[in-house]
Amino acid sequence: MEPDNNKPDAGDAKSASPGNVDPATASSEAKAAEGEVADSKIVYPRMNERKFAQVSRRELLKVLPVVALAAFAIPGVQASLLKKGLGFSDWASARLFRRGHLAPTFADAELTPFEKFPINGYDVDDPGVIFENWTLTVAGLVQKPGDYKLLQIQALPRTRQNTRHVCVEGWDVIGRFGGARLSDFLAMVGADTSAKFIAVTCADDYYETLDMATALHPQTLLCYEMYDQPLTRPHGAPLRLNVPTKVGYKQAKYLTDLKVTNVVEKVGYWEDQGYSSFYGL
Amino acid sequence: MSGAFVEITRTTGEETETIGRAVYEHPLPVRLCHWVNAISLFVMAGSGLQIFRAFPSFGAKIPQKDLLNWPKSFAIGGWLGGALQWHLTFMWIYVATGLIYLGYQLFSGNYRQVLFARRDIPGVWPMVKHYFFFGPKPPAREAYNPLQKHAYTTAIGLGVLSVLTGLAVWKPVQFSWLAWLMGGFHWARLWHFLVMWAMLGFVFGHLVMVILHGWNNFVSMLTGWKKDPEY
Repeated sequence: MEPDNNKPDAGDAKSASPGNVDPATASSEAKAAEGEVADSKIVYPRMNERKFAQVSRRELLKVLPVVALAAFAIPGVQASLLKKGLGFSDWASARLFRRGHLAPTFADAELTPFEKFPINGYDVDDPGVIFENWTLTVAGLVQKPGDYKLLQIQALPRTRQNTRHVCVEGWDVIGRFGGARLSDFLAMVGADTSAKFIAVTCADDYYETLDMATALHPQTLLCYEMYDQPLTRPHGAPLRLNVPTKVGYKQAKYLTDLKVTNVVEKVGYWEDQGYSSFYGL
Repeated sequence: MSGAFVEITRTTGEETETIGRAVYEHPLPVRLCHWVNAISLFVMAGSGLQIFRAFPSFGAKIPQKDLLNWPKSFAIGGWLGGALQWHLTFMWIYVATGLIYLGYQLFSGNYRQVLFARRDIPGVWPMVKHYFFFGPKPPAREAYNPLQKHAYTTAIGLGVLSVLTGLAVWKPVQFSWLAWLMGGFHWARLWHFLVMWAMLGFVFGHLVMVILHGWNNFVSMLTGWKKDPEY
């Protein structure tokens, strides 16, 4: 780092001859000059002030690429750059997702009381689903498309889990959810699980898309119970998604349609307004 | 390589005189990382505060106790979705810059100039006396004084913590062990918030010192060369 003042042998300080310093190599020469001592005083390479100014300017220019970040301030370019950035985050999120990795589960004592579980509808708290007529309409890349009754879904093995529900806003609650694994349901309807997406639409016109890897995750439920009771209307009765590996807005309520597909025109209500498409936790 | 001194000379007619000294203090990778990091930190804090506005609390949602009504005009993104776009875009720039910076410091050996080490301990108290209690100015021996090194070392540590806490908030399932280490998701979010304020505190102090130390010192972070260093 610093020249050693105490070094006894004096160098000939050749590099110190005036005007003899090549600016490009000044720093390496100066390094070589470290420790060179004449009359117990350090002799540094010398540089004419004009050359110093030139060297400084050249070094300043090398920092100039940082200005490229100003592209984020240009209105027309900004949106597309941010879209690319968000897309990259989604790509990375999909890579980080591990099929076998389970979301943490919690003891009953850690549950948020049911009455403190927030109700977050996007327009209405109750789209007025008539339960007697309700079916889940299955379409797309499935062997057995058609309308499925709640009883058929409830006939599948029931999973109950205490998992964390995380809202994109930053709050979270630990809830108890019960339902059929979406993977079991997809097997029942003969879904092509090599397809990319599961797209759902809802009685309140909300819509969502899940990637197939998440749809097949063992904790991804077609949820018809909360806290061991039938799903209430404000929480999405009769059927909602419960996906502990996803943020809240991916867990659509009031499901009416489910489609297995490789192409989605619209990703989801919030995603189409600029939220992350994948948002895996 | 930093730490290279030159004497600056002026030639008038036949005469050549030495008019000052300069030292190459900040290698190019450090300067590039510094400015990219400064911009990305600005964006991360601004968009982070807009994200915080969506739920300005750390407790339960019901009943929600808002801790801080941060003004929208001092935030970036306009709304939660917009702020998330900024945050999830610039976090990659922030992390990449951090990794390049750390990698460069490590492999070039330049970290010796920056990191607080055992040999800096004796110099701490004289420097504290000088800064805060009008004590005499200790002689400068190297690029950074002990307190400066302490501040930069802390800032690097905060940078690492900001990424780790952020990762725990962004991916509390995939990095559940990280969230667990921080005391759970709630704490991870709180730590992430506190680390940001600590970093903003550093930035404030840093800017004050930049103003106090004058033009030559400021220019050195642009050109690498510091004119008339104190050491």
